[in-house]
Amino acid sequence: MQSTTLILLLGFMAVAAFFFGRRRALALVGGPGHGTALHSLPGYHGHYVAIWVALPALALLLLWLLVEPRLVVALVIKGLPQAYQDWPAGELNLLVNNIRNLAAGDVVSVAVDDVLRNAATLYNSYVEKSRQLLAVLTLGLAGLGGAIAWRRIHPDLRARNRVERVIRWFLIAASSIAIFTTIGIVLSVLFEAIRFFQEVPLSEFLFGTTWSPQTAIRADQVGSSGSFGAVPLFTGTMLITGIAMIVAVPVGLMTAIYLAEYSSARVRGIAKPLLEILAGIPTVVYGFFAALTVAPWVRQAGESVGIEVASESALAAGLVMGIMIIPLVSSLSDDAINAVPSAMRDGALGLGSTRSETMSKVILPAALPGIVGGILLAVSRAIGETMIVVMAAGLAANLTANPFEAVTTVTVQIVTLLVGDQEFDSAKTLAAFALGLMLFVVTLFLNVIGLSVVRKYREEYD
Amino acid sequence: MVTSASMTAMNENTTMNETPQSATVTDIVERKTKLGGATVGNVRSEHPFMVAEDVNVWYGDNHAIQNVSLEVGKKEVIALIGPSGCGKSTFLRCLNRMNDTIDTARVTGNITLDGKDIYRKEQDPVALRARVGMVFQKPNPFPKSIYDNVAYGPRIHGLASDRAELDDIVHSSLERAGLLKEVKDRLDEPGTSLSGGQQQRLCIARTIAVNPEVILMDEPCSALDPIATARIEDLMDELCEDYAIVIVTHSMQQAARVSKRVAYFHLGLLVEVDETDTIFTNPQHKLTEDYITGRIG
Amino acid sequence: MNKNQTTRQKVEAGLPRRRRKEFLFRSVGMLATAVGIVFLGVFFASLIADGSTAFKQTFLKLDIELSEDTLAPDGELDLAYADFDGLVRSALRDALPEVSGRSDRRELYRIVSIGASYQVRDLLAANPELLGTTQTMWVPASSNVDMLIKGNIDANVDAALRPISDKQIAWVQALQESGRLATRFNTALFSNGDSREPELAGIKGAVMGSLYMLVVTLALSFPIGVAAAIYLEEFAPRNRWSDLIEVNINNLAAVPSIVFGLLGLAVFINWVGLPRSAPLVGGLVLTLLTLPVIIIASRASIKAVPPSIREAALGLGASQMQVVFHHVLPLALPGMLTGAIIGMSRALGESAPLLMIGMVAFIVDVPGSLADPSTALPVQIYLWADSPERAFAERTSAAIIVLLGFLLVMNLTAVILRRRLERKW
Repeated sequence: MQSTTLILLLGFMAVAAFFFGRRRALALVGGPGHGTALHSLPGYHGHYVAIWVALPALALLLLWLLVEPRLVVALVIKGLPQAYQDWPAGELNLLVNNIRNLAAGDVVSVAVDDVLRNAATLYNSYVEKSRQLLAVLTLGLAGLGGAIAWRRIHPDLRARNRVERVIRWFLIAASSIAIFTTIGIVLSVLFEAIRFFQEVPLSEFLFGTTWSPQTAIRADQVGSSGSFGAVPLFTGTMLITGIAMIVAVPVGLMTAIYLAEYSSARVRGIAKPLLEILAGIPTVVYGFFAALTVAPWVRQAGESVGIEVASESALAAGLVMGIMIIPLVSSLSDDAINAVPSAMRDGALGLGSTRSETMSKVILPAALPGIVGGILLAVSRAIGETMIVVMAAGLAANLTANPFEAVTTVTVQIVTLLVGDQEFDSAKTLAAFALGLMLFVVTLFLNVIGLSVVRKYREEYD
Repeated sequence: MVTSASMTAMNENTTMNETPQSATVTDIVERKTKLGGATVGNVRSEHPFMVAEDVNVWYGDNHAIQNVSLEVGKKEVIALIGPSGCGKSTFLRCLNRMNDTIDTARVTGNITLDGKDIYRKEQDPVALRARVGMVFQKPNPFPKSIYDNVAYGPRIHGLASDRAELDDIVHSSLERAGLLKEVKDRLDEPGTSLSGGQQQRLCIARTIAVNPEVILMDEPCSALDPIATARIEDLMDELCEDYAIVIVTHSMQQAARVSKRVAYFHLGLLVEVDETDTIFTNPQHKLTEDYITGRIG
Repeated sequence: MNKNQTTRQKVEAGLPRRRRKEFLFRSVGMLATAVGIVFLGVFFASLIADGSTAFKQTFLKLDIELSEDTLAPDGELDLAYADFDGLVRSALRDALPEVSGRSDRRELYRIVSIGASYQVRDLLAANPELLGTTQTMWVPASSNVDMLIKGNIDANVDAALRPISDKQIAWVQALQESGRLATRFNTALFSNGDSREPELAGIKGAVMGSLYMLVVTLALSFPIGVAAAIYLEEFAPRNRWSDLIEVNINNLAAVPSIVFGLLGLAVFINWVGLPRSAPLVGGLVLTLLTLPVIIIASRASIKAVPPSIREAALGLGASQMQVVFHHVLPLALPGMLTGAIIGMSRALGESAPLLMIGMVAFIVDVPGSLADPSTALPVQIYLWADSPERAFAERTSAAIIVLLGFLLVMNLTAVILRRRLERKW
């Protein structure tokens, strides 16, 4: 049966187990009036049984579902004629995919022959048997667990403690998901990146200046030389990030200063939500705006002054990215400015400073670490930004510092390398993971420093 | 001791109906708002430098200061005393327009410095605060070097034309604040590295460096230990030779030690002003007497 | 006194320059604040200007003769293979009988969308008894005609440079004059999935895909996030380990979203073997993305519950777990909910990680389950933005308007919820 049906059934069994368990607990002490004879509330006994029903069975289910595909595929391959089993891994994978598709009734990419048909039928029969076995085992395990737990019910059973312990483990598991995510990111990216660096040396990647990631599908294909020098990508990323920062930092900082020091509460009440809206616009929307409106406008403006501007200029992408980052810089600077004790401000004003002098000579220097931390976080955000550059920046690697030309960035290349059909093992797709590794490491570095500065700064004045 | 006779004698404008023994706040309010400005004692000073007339301050709906009139004399120390929350600091902050920085504050009445209204439109608060300096309750040196702390004021007001002159101003200010000897060799260290008492003297030096004419002090010693407090009180003796000082204090002993005149505030009203001796030995209003004997506050 | 006078003079002398600086500083600040707000205004104005036209579509009124001869020449009607095209064409010929000649007629047929024949087929499928009758139907015009009517094609431009010919323009005008042309609400935008023909393209598939993904994300990230926050705030010992976890979570919140896409690709698709483009995988990836946000928000709300409440409960003999679940959690719940809504609205707008897990395919069907291939609304916007056709540009803007509408509703809900349930301790 379907796994969702199975899960639902387990759910029902667990609920039923709860009621049964609770009833038994009460029955053992002679009814609801004697509840105090129990160590734990009847409900906990119920939960205890329910947990024993649900948890082992669910664990089995999950494990089974994870292992099943691999096992079935291995068995099906075993059932193929010997010749097929000796195929290279890539072609075997393709064959397996075709078998799967045929088994599911989908379109197959090759002609359907007997071998394929037999394999598909075999596949389906294995899956069916497996599911039947799974259903029996799972429900059986659930029932067994329930029975064991039910028999353990006793007035002295410390059901609450046991249930709470299980809950505690669940909480710990939930917390570790965050750690596992990070580990997962690092490992998965690292793993593929290492495979990439086995094909392309690290020095070429880090220092090479030609980025042309074509790999041959056939050995004799023209234009198959792949060069994976990522320097143009790094410079492109820095160029666009730089333009974005030139826009975002002054505007964001001055906005924060104006809203913190000069504006009335009413203006603040309008401006802050508007900036929130700016921050909430999805980046794909910014990208669309950049490509459709800003880029042509920049090009026209450039041409009217006699400068030749590419239709996918770094300037256009950088401008829009800068605007997107303004709210981030503004709110982090605002936090930093507000964290400066008002005694400092009063002291400066009491000496006869103007508000601008107070701000520029006393408050900003005091808030500087927090502001710098905020800028680091903004830079990290700009470097990692994908959609705006995918839609508004170029695809061809170009080593230049000219904002009017089209450049490409690390994130754009990651997308172009992975979107579309290609073999997963080629250097081309692995390059995306190598780029991803670089991206992760750099942004991690910036984030750690930025976050720690912002946090430390907040503590200093608390 | 306040007797009914002396009460009626002092308050010429009182009507005879109330029993003087029960001088409650509402009585005072009624009396004042009906008759205006009936503070007991002598609001005037010999050589008035700052004059406040009928000053009212509202924080939103809260009528924090009610009809206060007071004169501050040149080169004298006047102490503002009273229970917590009775408006002493609020009144102080009116004198250098620090209340301007609070959105909900509204000030009416007349405050003049050397004859000119400080709230008139042409008056730039920046210039005012160069003449009326302020030292705050908790020492608040800037996170800059000791030198830069003291030099801040002269720098922004353009008081020194070159580095030598600035050095002069910094050194003399630190000297007058009684701090130079202790920090002479470490002017580059941050102001925050000093002890509490030293920091407060640094703030005083900072204020003096701008060459003000009046120094406002808002409970300057309440965050300091007794030794540091004593040093600053000695300082005030010297400072009042050059500046008028208005000091808000919670400590009556301090007021008795340092000031020439004392003004007693009670719930936003100026109840009694007089020479220090008179206030502490022969207060004329029951509330004043209650406060100094510890029955209230 | 003299010293005081010189001081005052110096101060007064410096005032004009300082006042100027103050004025400049303040003006720059005002200008900077205006930049963001003006951009917002310009952006929304251009969005509405570009996208509002997409909510209307040009329709043509045709009298379609559902002749049995054409549809069921062998006596049996096979909806999959019947010649609905032919019916539409003959109806067109009837509407404009002056058009003759094969090439002219071919041009004529191009002013109607291919969706017209689908419409006829659907009508017959729903009402088979109509066979043999003549029905008057409003069918969608082709996107070129639609663009012409909306004023996006300049009729004065050289014929070679525009997608619609002079003859076609004339025919369209003739139809307009005979009352056979109208612009109506573009229901296709909301009821259809994606299509190669702009006039038939809709966002329903994308919206359903996004909805499924959000359900998965919410169902996973909220419980796990709250559970993690509870553990980290209430139970975890304060040591280096928990510090490390906190740093880790704060960092995860700032990792670029595309990296999560890489993770999803490597782990969920290649290692576990889940189907590409499925809302389930998208939901899993978005869960990992949203989890840090929810954990941070939940921790903040738990921290805000005053210790006095915990102490009171403990004093009555409750176990720590009971204190948390019976007392702290209900009080912290409003903050957690607002955090969840904000996390969801962020997840709704994400597209980069979804590109990584394969949601860029051209998916026409509306997904029916969590495992069907689907796309998401932001990805749909990205795909349409790539299309060179003018008609897709306005639809992209319309889809953006819909997306922003959803986000606005979600954020307003969060704000209202926060205000309503806010407690002042």
